[in-house]
Amino acid sequence: MAEIQELESMATQVRRDIIRMVHACQSGHPGGSLGCAEFFTALYQEIMDHNTSFNMDAKGEDVFFLSNGHISPVWYSVLARSGYFPVEELATFRCLNSRLQGHPATHEKLPGVRIASGSLGQGLSVALGVALAKKLDGDQKKVFVLTGDGELQEGQIWEAMMFAAHQKIDNIIVTVDWNGQQIDGANDDVLSLGDLEAKWLAFGWTVLHMQGNDMSDVIKVMNEAKAKTGNEKPVVILMKTDMGHGVDFMSGTHKWHGKPPNDEQKDIALAQLEETLGDYPL
Amino acid sequence: MLKDIISTGKKATRDGFGDGLYEAGKANPNVVALCADLVGSLKMNKFIDDFPERFFQMGISEANMIGVAAGLATGGKIPFTGTFANFSTARVFDQVRQSVAYSHKNVKLCASHAGLTLGEDGATHQTLEDIGMMKMLPGMTVINPCDYHQTKAATMAIANHEGPVYLRFGRPGWPMFTENLPFEIGKALMLNQGTDVTIFATGHLVWKSIEAAKELESQGISCEIINIHTIKPLDTDAVLKSVAKTKAVVVAEEHNIMGGLGESISRVLAQNNPSLMEFVAVNDTFGESGKVPDLIAKYGLDTVDVVNAVHKVLKRKAALV
Repeated sequence: MAEIQELESMATQVRRDIIRMVHACQSGHPGGSLGCAEFFTALYQEIMDHNTSFNMDAKGEDVFFLSNGHISPVWYSVLARSGYFPVEELATFRCLNSRLQGHPATHEKLPGVRIASGSLGQGLSVALGVALAKKLDGDQKKVFVLTGDGELQEGQIWEAMMFAAHQKIDNIIVTVDWNGQQIDGANDDVLSLGDLEAKWLAFGWTVLHMQGNDMSDVIKVMNEAKAKTGNEKPVVILMKTDMGHGVDFMSGTHKWHGKPPNDEQKDIALAQLEETLGDYPL
Repeated sequence: MLKDIISTGKKATRDGFGDGLYEAGKANPNVVALCADLVGSLKMNKFIDDFPERFFQMGISEANMIGVAAGLATGGKIPFTGTFANFSTARVFDQVRQSVAYSHKNVKLCASHAGLTLGEDGATHQTLEDIGMMKMLPGMTVINPCDYHQTKAATMAIANHEGPVYLRFGRPGWPMFTENLPFEIGKALMLNQGTDVTIFATGHLVWKSIEAAKELESQGISCEIINIHTIKPLDTDAVLKSVAKTKAVVVAEEHNIMGGLGESISRVLAQNNPSLMEFVAVNDTFGESGKVPDLIAKYGLDTVDVVNAVHKVLKRKAALV
């Protein structure tokens, strides 16, 4: 097992990548991406048994789906730094002819991406389909999926929640990025999610809680979640994160959901994030 | 010969889907089926009885069904989704667009009760826009078979075809006449060679076109009838070859005049061989409740409508000479 400090150090570099990616193309979604750096780092470095020589069908390996596709910067950074494609390619994010589309896509055949996401609410259903395929094949590996919290306002999510419990799909671990924010403001102001834990419980899921910006807790709870699979119930982790975590002026607000920093803001942000693994060249 | 095209009885195209799905499931263990609470309507019981572990009852949750199918395809399965045409397209257009078409998943969207001919349920269920929606999605194959046998053959064929497919069929019993005819995705089917006019027809309107051609033959008019079961990719060679000969075109389909087969053919002709055309289709309106023959008559999809369209286009052709 990697040391917590090592994982934290990688998460810091991932945050630098996020800032540099959205700054370079002057577009993209830094807020949610920064908040999920620990989650993605832990998932790809520690939690999943996965293969960087990419196979679309993911037979015999754990597999991850990003439903809230707009936080693609954090995913691309972790995929690259985990060996799916060259780190240098991060410089092409959102550029013409890039494999790193604004929202993840399979069309350009970027290794690590198995479905397009961006239009919200669809990823959980897709992940459930892969989980069913694994069950049909007797494949014991797990399916992971991340959704946003605002994304839970989409009706398809609740169809999928009902279906998963009914079908006893117990090889899936859903994580909700519960940062409480969405484009127009706080979830509670836009469209309250109410008692989120009670809702998942009522739909027949096993519910865990996680502090998403505490690497030790992420590792602990993700392992707990894995231990809870195979019990005829789907598992969800409600992951509290701080949107914009790691950059003081971006932290805890919806204002950096989809806004890139200018030159000065970029420099201030990078000054708060140590270059631990080496920046990719621009 | 036209007189040799005869109906061997009536059966619904959806029965062809049910039987084809069963055969596809028997032939390939990767074939799986999903249904949104319409198992009986889609005739999926035979598949479910023999392959229960490969069937997923989704409940009335079409959006989730499309996503789960995309996931099953990602995992290497060949999912067939079953629901009515309206709920296979309009209701889930964004799911089909992002999770299936843009992601190029090997999902087979199987849609029953298409068009006006579901009858009494009325316009909420009578989708006349589905071909248009589906053909606009890059990479989507769109097939609208004409009878029981062709639907069965198409269902089996799409299981062996890599990529997303929209398969459209209907509710009512309909004359069967293609039992001994070939079916190949993307290849137009020549039903009758003629010289005066080409009738391109798809779905239920193929039979109406055959009836019309028989009547027109007795009036001394020679109709070429080409069955376009695959609307996308369109067999442009077959279209251009026939029109080069007849120089007059009628397109017949159970769909809105906008966005259907007629527009696909007119685009090909506009680019290659601008030609005289008439359209037998629903004229940009919603349907309504009623008996199938009454609906077909009221909305201009009957044998007489094909006959009239041929007369009209031939009158225009004669005026040119």
